[in-house]
Amino acid sequence: MTPQLRALEPTAEAGGNVLLRVTDLYTQIPIRGGVVKAVDGVSFDVRRGEIVGLVGESGSGKTMTCLSIIRLLPVAAARTVSGEVWFNGTELLGASDKVMRDVRGRHIAMVMQDALTALNPVLTVGEQVSEPLRHHFGWSRTEARERVLEVLRAVRIPRPAERLDEYPHQFSGGMRQRIVAAMGLGPSPELMLADEPTTALDVTIQAQFLTLVKDLQAQTQMSVLWITHDLGVVAQTCDSVNVMYAGRIVESGSVRRILKQPLHPYTRALLESVPAIGAKRQKLYQIAGQPPDLANLPPGCPFYDRCPLRMEICREQFPPATPDRDGGRVHCWAVGGK
Amino acid sequence: MTVGIGPIARARSVGGALRRMPLIPLVMLGTLMLAALFAPIVAPHPPLEIDLSAALAPPFYHDGGSLDHPLGTDRLGRDILSRVIYGGQVSLLLAFSVLLIGGSVGVALGLVSGYVGGALDSLIQRAVEAVLSLPTIMVALVFVFVLGQSFSSVVLILAPFITASFARMVRGEALAVRNMNYVALARVAGASHLRIIARHILPNVAGTIIVIATLEIGALILVEASLSFLGVGVPPPTPAWGLMVDDGREYLATRYWLSLFPGLAIVVTVLSINWIGDWLRNTLDPKRQVI
Repeated sequence: MTPQLRALEPTAEAGGNVLLRVTDLYTQIPIRGGVVKAVDGVSFDVRRGEIVGLVGESGSGKTMTCLSIIRLLPVAAARTVSGEVWFNGTELLGASDKVMRDVRGRHIAMVMQDALTALNPVLTVGEQVSEPLRHHFGWSRTEARERVLEVLRAVRIPRPAERLDEYPHQFSGGMRQRIVAAMGLGPSPELMLADEPTTALDVTIQAQFLTLVKDLQAQTQMSVLWITHDLGVVAQTCDSVNVMYAGRIVESGSVRRILKQPLHPYTRALLESVPAIGAKRQKLYQIAGQPPDLANLPPGCPFYDRCPLRMEICREQFPPATPDRDGGRVHCWAVGGK
Repeated sequence: MTVGIGPIARARSVGGALRRMPLIPLVMLGTLMLAALFAPIVAPHPPLEIDLSAALAPPFYHDGGSLDHPLGTDRLGRDILSRVIYGGQVSLLLAFSVLLIGGSVGVALGLVSGYVGGALDSLIQRAVEAVLSLPTIMVALVFVFVLGQSFSSVVLILAPFITASFARMVRGEALAVRNMNYVALARVAGASHLRIIARHILPNVAGTIIVIATLEIGALILVEASLSFLGVGVPPPTPAWGLMVDDGREYLATRYWLSLFPGLAIVVTVLSINWIGDWLRNTLDPKRQVI
């Protein structure tokens, strides 16, 4: 029997179906002689119990979007200049520090890319997993212990009762990443932000971790915002996807629609550049050109320079949203807008 | 993957750590400290008892030496062994109080400096550099004349130097730890800055703190000895090791024991503390236990 992880309190149905709504988010980093527009007008929803992908190449603003939501921008100078983040009926960008400290960890958890430095080497695994529980619920070490065991069992750490007192370096890379997930899962958050958690893992461990997260998500009914550059991961885990390019979401929709019928030329190019096993191709596909300089964005579509379908209007105006057939949208003059 | 049942579990047990304990320095330092603590019982004579008839008596193993004064006497006939024992009280107490006062302030400053960064960090570090650029002995000389020669003024003068070196080392470590993912993750989990410093940064720099502490305590005993030797340390009738070495200087060619035995006490203490510090660091660092 697979170990079950129960949610500490049933997820409230009040507040509607949408758990997280990000509207017109702009995050900028001032630099000498300009401003880097890291997040340039991003809007998307995460519904309850849904796994949402945020896909894009390095530097497209995926991580900055994610950190803007919990207001922990990695660069001191970076500012979220406008936008709204509604989480469970609370607007986070205007919330007090006290509210944010309660939301972080208790309601929104995060798993990071590098599991090797995500655990403190001098604290035992048990201490680290119990830390958020003791902090948010005021539990003692012994009170937290049972939940810690439950969570460790849920992330498939063998013999958790014995391994509780071991240190991070005594675990393998895959196990460490699962322990990081366990730390986040302890207080049973409604939303898990997963920032490329599988990038540092090898493929078999990666598959294991994806299955695990899907399982846990199904058991606890939490929502997951999954940040990745790997469309394979998206295909395996997500319900819907947002494709980011140069700080904007250029296309969003259900996974099935996006993988089967990509509309935006950038999404199409991304799918093209996934090498297929067995296909005899002389040369790997690559998107011509470079992504634009975020400190010096052209007024129109940021993909203009690299786009095979570009038109005159693309240079001047960013295309408005065109709805697709099942609730998604695409920003492209060539596809929908006129 | 390491499965922790056999050698690892044993290494982490208290018994395992104790078995690795360096016995020789512990026994040496322990003897000195216990003797200092119970000086009135252990010492054969009061440290200030003058007996001019027995002045400059040699240790027992020389002709003319007796077991009444096992390590001989100084020029006023005071018993060397008793004075070394009582001197331990002064030297060790002084070194430990300076370390405790200066060290705790230094650790706090270093943690804040490294964790907060920015202008505050620059301010603290410039102050630290200013202190570290001063020659300890010279400054001590000046301040002893201002404050007067006493135990507490020596503590007050030496503490800022210890604070500075702690603040500098701890800051460097804290800076490295601050950028680790687990600190970011703790922020994501809703921990406050104070909690992060206490739970994540401090345990990670504990090893460094112990190493500096052991190095500094050795250095402190030496500085105290130097100050006493120069005549500005703990005031004269009090038995302090440095003072005793100085006392014997004139007689070095003929009556070496006046300086040798207190000097030996200094060497043994400093050596033992460094040795024990090494062991402590290895024991407290979880990564070094698995061998």
